[in-house]
Amino acid sequence: MGTLTEELFSRRLGRAVRAGDTVIADVDVAAAHDVTGPLAIEAFRSLELPLWDPDRIVFNFDHVMPANTVAAAELHRVIREFCVEHAITNLFAEGICHQVMIDRGLARPGGVVVGADSHTTTYGGLGCFATGLGSTDIGVVFATGKTWFRIPETIRIDVRGALPHGVYAKDLALHVIRNLGADGADYCAVEWTGEAVRAMSVADRLTLCNLSTDFGAKTGLVEPDETTMRHAGGDAVDLHPIRPEYARTLVVDADALRPQVAVHPSIDNVHDIEDVAGTPLDEVFIGSCTNGRLSDLALAAAILEGRSVHPRTRTVVVPASRGVYLEALAAGYIETFAHAGALVLNPGCGPCLGRQHGVVGPGERVLSTSNRNYPGRMGSPDAQIFLASPAVAAASAVTGSITDPATLGER
Amino acid sequence: MSGRVFLLGDGISTDAIMPGRYNVTTDPDGLRRACLIEARPDFVEEVQPGDVIVAGRNFGCGSSREHAPLAIKQNGVAAVIAAGFARIFYRNAVNIGLPVIRCAEAHLVLRDGDRVSVDTLSGEITGPSGTLYGEAPSGVALRIIEAGSLVGLIRQGGWAAVEEVRRVS
Repeated sequence: MGTLTEELFSRRLGRAVRAGDTVIADVDVAAAHDVTGPLAIEAFRSLELPLWDPDRIVFNFDHVMPANTVAAAELHRVIREFCVEHAITNLFAEGICHQVMIDRGLARPGGVVVGADSHTTTYGGLGCFATGLGSTDIGVVFATGKTWFRIPETIRIDVRGALPHGVYAKDLALHVIRNLGADGADYCAVEWTGEAVRAMSVADRLTLCNLSTDFGAKTGLVEPDETTMRHAGGDAVDLHPIRPEYARTLVVDADALRPQVAVHPSIDNVHDIEDVAGTPLDEVFIGSCTNGRLSDLALAAAILEGRSVHPRTRTVVVPASRGVYLEALAAGYIETFAHAGALVLNPGCGPCLGRQHGVVGPGERVLSTSNRNYPGRMGSPDAQIFLASPAVAAASAVTGSITDPATLGER
Repeated sequence: MSGRVFLLGDGISTDAIMPGRYNVTTDPDGLRRACLIEARPDFVEEVQPGDVIVAGRNFGCGSSREHAPLAIKQNGVAAVIAAGFARIFYRNAVNIGLPVIRCAEAHLVLRDGDRVSVDTLSGEITGPSGTLYGEAPSGVALRIIEAGSLVGLIRQGGWAAVEEVRRVS
């Protein structure tokens, strides 16, 4: 009995648990990446315990891949050596950790996954309880296969109606953050539900759960259904809220939504696109664990087909994973981006966190399909970051300023 | 212990505490030097062991990077006092033994440069205009702090040590 989170943990533990309970639970998979992995390895080593299970430990090189400095190469070396030492074969360098976890079926409906990256919440789009932890917590999981959780209260987001043409999961999430604030779901689980969510593809549900951490949530969850199982394969997972008690329910009228833009300097500084349309841009970034999936690239390609990016606006496209990259190649999107004058980079985190290609300079403005616009996130602290959907990003790349795709003229 | 207040605002992200361009290392001194490098450029130069950071809501929001609380700890900060903490930062701080205290009004009452004394176990903060009563970690988090770190706790008694706290709480 309870919310999705309470149901999931009650089954896992074989006893009823409620929000507020503290539990120690087995996890299915523990993951880390090239920046958080080395500290997790240090924590593991200092425990002086044997490794839990090499098949349930996953490393992804994505934050700085391929290495652009000696220091980054050194982090990769530390992780590679650790994997050899412990016969860990789940070491991937084929895109953003979260997309690789989805592509490779390492996050499953009804599962529990922890990762040393805040956007681990993404897998909630498949009905997997997934949360970000720090390196020390993950290092302890490497040894014990367990961690402790306080079972969170749940905020339900009930999205009624249907998203209008030109409005996407990204706009819905930004609208919710606009309402609840950047810490509005602190320590809570968020259940995304309602007609509009049930109608969504898994890719769009992943976007909602990805952004759940950006308003404080411990996890974002969508109840697994036929759409989930078509994507994940395997037997149906019977996981539903049963007479749940929610801390709060936010009802959203999907039909009334407009394209949203989160404006520098915080993700809850959200405006309808009309308010910021025309703002000139130095860079557009299309990619990230929020919006670097095939359907996101399809939206961008449909707008960029037969058009060119504006000369003042360098436009960077980064497929979320090798799987996405290959599908985008086959669909012709990559060619479209290249013809339009966009720079297509290798799968990974790309410019999102200002550590490698696409770093922004002082005074510059960038529109990104990513998830964070904190000062300094993408480079200079004196740059301004705007967050929006891939459609808005592509239209803005064409005009060189923030643009509602609906207002884009003829090709 | 007592120290000087470094006052910060709301929503100080881990990108502000430890920008992504500086955390490509596990070297404690490298992390120390980059702490708040852009958000508060005078911090590393001026901070003394025992000083405290006082901030508003949602301190440590964003990335899970443990490099952020590590960098603060390496600077000898005695406690971070904030109106609210982002979940992962709070847990990371506890795990590595960096004291954290929730206090709704400290950032409104205290001023940058004030001298305060802080009891990191009771949450009492005494400054120029009296004593504030913050909330120190409790439950499992307190048990971790008593052990010095999560690694210390697991080394002492494994998860059984945590299980014991769970049962009584």
